[in-house]
Amino acid sequence: MPKVKIDGFEVEVPEGTTILNAARQIGGDIVPPAMCYYSSLKGSGGKCRTCLVKVTKGSANDARPLPKLVASCQTQVLDGMEVANISSDEVLNARRGVVEFLLINHPLDCPICDQAGECHLQDLSFEHGLADTRYEFERRTFEKIDIGPYIKLHMTRCILCYRCVYTAQQLTPERVHGVIGRGDHAEISTFIEKAIDNDFSGNVIDVCPVGALTDRTFRFKSRVWFLKPMDAHRNCEKCSGKAVAWMYGNEIFRVTGRKDQYGEVHDFICNTCRFEKKALEDWTIEGPRDIDRHSVISQNHYENKTVTVK
Amino acid sequence: MSRKLLLEHAHIDGINGYETYRKHGGYRAVEKALKSMAPADVLEEVKKSGLRGRGGAGFPTGMKWSFLAKPEGVPRYLLCNADESEPGTFKDRYLMEKIPHLLVEGMILSAYALGANTSYIYIRGEYSWIVFILEKAISEAYAKGWLGKNILGSGFDCDLYVNPGAGAYICGEETALIESLEGKRGNPRIKPPFPAVKGLWQCPTVVNNVETLAAVVPIVNEGGEAYARIGVGRSTGTKLISAGGNINKPGVYEVELGLSMEEFIFSDEWCGGIKNGKRLKACVPGGSSVPILPHYLVTKTAAGEDRLLSYESLADGGFESGSMLGSGGFIVYDEDQCVVRNTWNFTRFYHHESCGQCSPCREGTGWMEKVLERLENGKGKLSDMDLLVEVAKKIEGNTICPLGDAAAWPVASAIRHFREEFEWHVREPEACMQRNYGLVKEKAELA
Repeated sequence: MPKVKIDGFEVEVPEGTTILNAARQIGGDIVPPAMCYYSSLKGSGGKCRTCLVKVTKGSANDARPLPKLVASCQTQVLDGMEVANISSDEVLNARRGVVEFLLINHPLDCPICDQAGECHLQDLSFEHGLADTRYEFERRTFEKIDIGPYIKLHMTRCILCYRCVYTAQQLTPERVHGVIGRGDHAEISTFIEKAIDNDFSGNVIDVCPVGALTDRTFRFKSRVWFLKPMDAHRNCEKCSGKAVAWMYGNEIFRVTGRKDQYGEVHDFICNTCRFEKKALEDWTIEGPRDIDRHSVISQNHYENKTVTVK
Repeated sequence: MSRKLLLEHAHIDGINGYETYRKHGGYRAVEKALKSMAPADVLEEVKKSGLRGRGGAGFPTGMKWSFLAKPEGVPRYLLCNADESEPGTFKDRYLMEKIPHLLVEGMILSAYALGANTSYIYIRGEYSWIVFILEKAISEAYAKGWLGKNILGSGFDCDLYVNPGAGAYICGEETALIESLEGKRGNPRIKPPFPAVKGLWQCPTVVNNVETLAAVVPIVNEGGEAYARIGVGRSTGTKLISAGGNINKPGVYEVELGLSMEEFIFSDEWCGGIKNGKRLKACVPGGSSVPILPHYLVTKTAAGEDRLLSYESLADGGFESGSMLGSGGFIVYDEDQCVVRNTWNFTRFYHHESCGQCSPCREGTGWMEKVLERLENGKGKLSDMDLLVEVAKKIEGNTICPLGDAAAWPVASAIRHFREEFEWHVREPEACMQRNYGLVKEKAELA
């Protein structure tokens, strides 16, 4: 199995593993951020360019560094490869540039955005962005669109990561959802604004890294950090029934899939579980969910985190 | 007089028809190859010729072909990239319009060398009338037995189709072209895998420019070594240059690589000098994607040597003082032209054509366009130049496909060589308006 060194940490991973996934096995600060890559969606990744890293040594056979920064979610490791992520100024500079690009057409109105607190772009710009913007022009804006009874699309916030497009292609039977237009006027759209109408369409909300796709049954009901995430399950004919119930007291405000520390859902849930089962008796509550994300959403929860020295 | 290999017969009446083309030596190369050469021999001749890709990157064609994976039982494809949309480049259009059989013949030869039984010409959607010209040529070739099953009894089958695009510059990028040909949205793929391993329908694929494929015909006819004797150093053979801008004789010229820039611009045989007796200000030698050269670097390199029309000489000096041969879209500017306006125009194009897949290009091209628009309209700031350089640097090299680089280079080079003119736009907007538009905009509008 190839061995790769990332920022000085060595890890042995199976053949064909990408640099990003190798870094995730090491964990910690050296994991490159990813806005478009989603491990359970085939073909995703390579677009947002936030995970760019420098390959300082190609492999054991060919020690030459790669000429350009590479997208770590797409580049497979080779034995003896050495990668610099946070130890390279070039990488950090490029990442700062990417964050700046992502933000020039994204409204900076987190206080009125439903995604605030669990938004990956918010975290990314907090960690890698500049304090102010150099962009002095009008931003790209769109009208909000209702995609069916459950989902609200606000293209103004979209960063065109294509995750929802892959979700619609791979999870749902009919493809009625894609990207139209080109460049910075490209937009996510349903086929002639046709509602996405199938049992797994709600997952596009979970995969959206920003507030472009939100849950119409939950919008503006509460800020996410006021709610207590509880692992919950129910017997469902359509999906695994494993979900997270976001509660305030004994009331379930919303239901989402179980996201891991990188914000990725592995057991996608159906629309019935997500949108229609909001009574406490619908669910078996397992207990508080440990949200292990370096973000606002991890704060103020039941579990007492003990700091472990690695 | 320079030798012509591609356009030798282009002026003859009726050369776009089969009979005339055949009378002037057409399909001789296919006869020769299929009767007396193995596919590997054709590849060997192309390697010997030193032919380099004419679409812009200049990658050696023989090497590209030898990278093609050849797994058993999997079809291979040859694609002709006729999606010529670069501002300033119109050479392939001329070739396809005037002498379409040359492309058809070149494709049969190349497909034979690669063992590809199905080939496509992906043509720019705006070249709608050329689609019919090519289709006529292809049907004539089918009728005469140059295409189809068992060509000339050699056992080699070759089918050739024309597929018009829908008007996207990005579909000239080889993987976007493949996506588009498959009927999908023309987004470039992430590489690797390269098309030579997984291209069209996940099969090994070679994508070549029109001119590259056409050049295979003289290479087979006269031999790779004879072809390699033309030109200079590693820039062998002839190149079509589409010259435009402020010159006396704009048009498509076939030049032997290694011709001096001075001779090409100023001699009567070629461009015939700058129009109206003006002076040369700048030159973009390879289409809008390549760095612009100021007048003092057009005919001489920074080291004081003569600048030649060749891949190496034009790139001499790197991005500091050089440029690229690119696709041969040769644009000449006289002293009256505004570099700021020109750069703005280029960025407007790249902004419009960015596919929007990866963030630096999607957002950066629009940003650069807006800053340049502001500069051109007299509302710029002195800090804008540094901002533009910074943005260009953040795009360059960080994108999925080379469109990001192509958008960044002209901006970075224009500011490197013409910073004073940019600053002049900030300091004296009214004088700039006067020069560029012959009028002074209302002061209120400038404020």
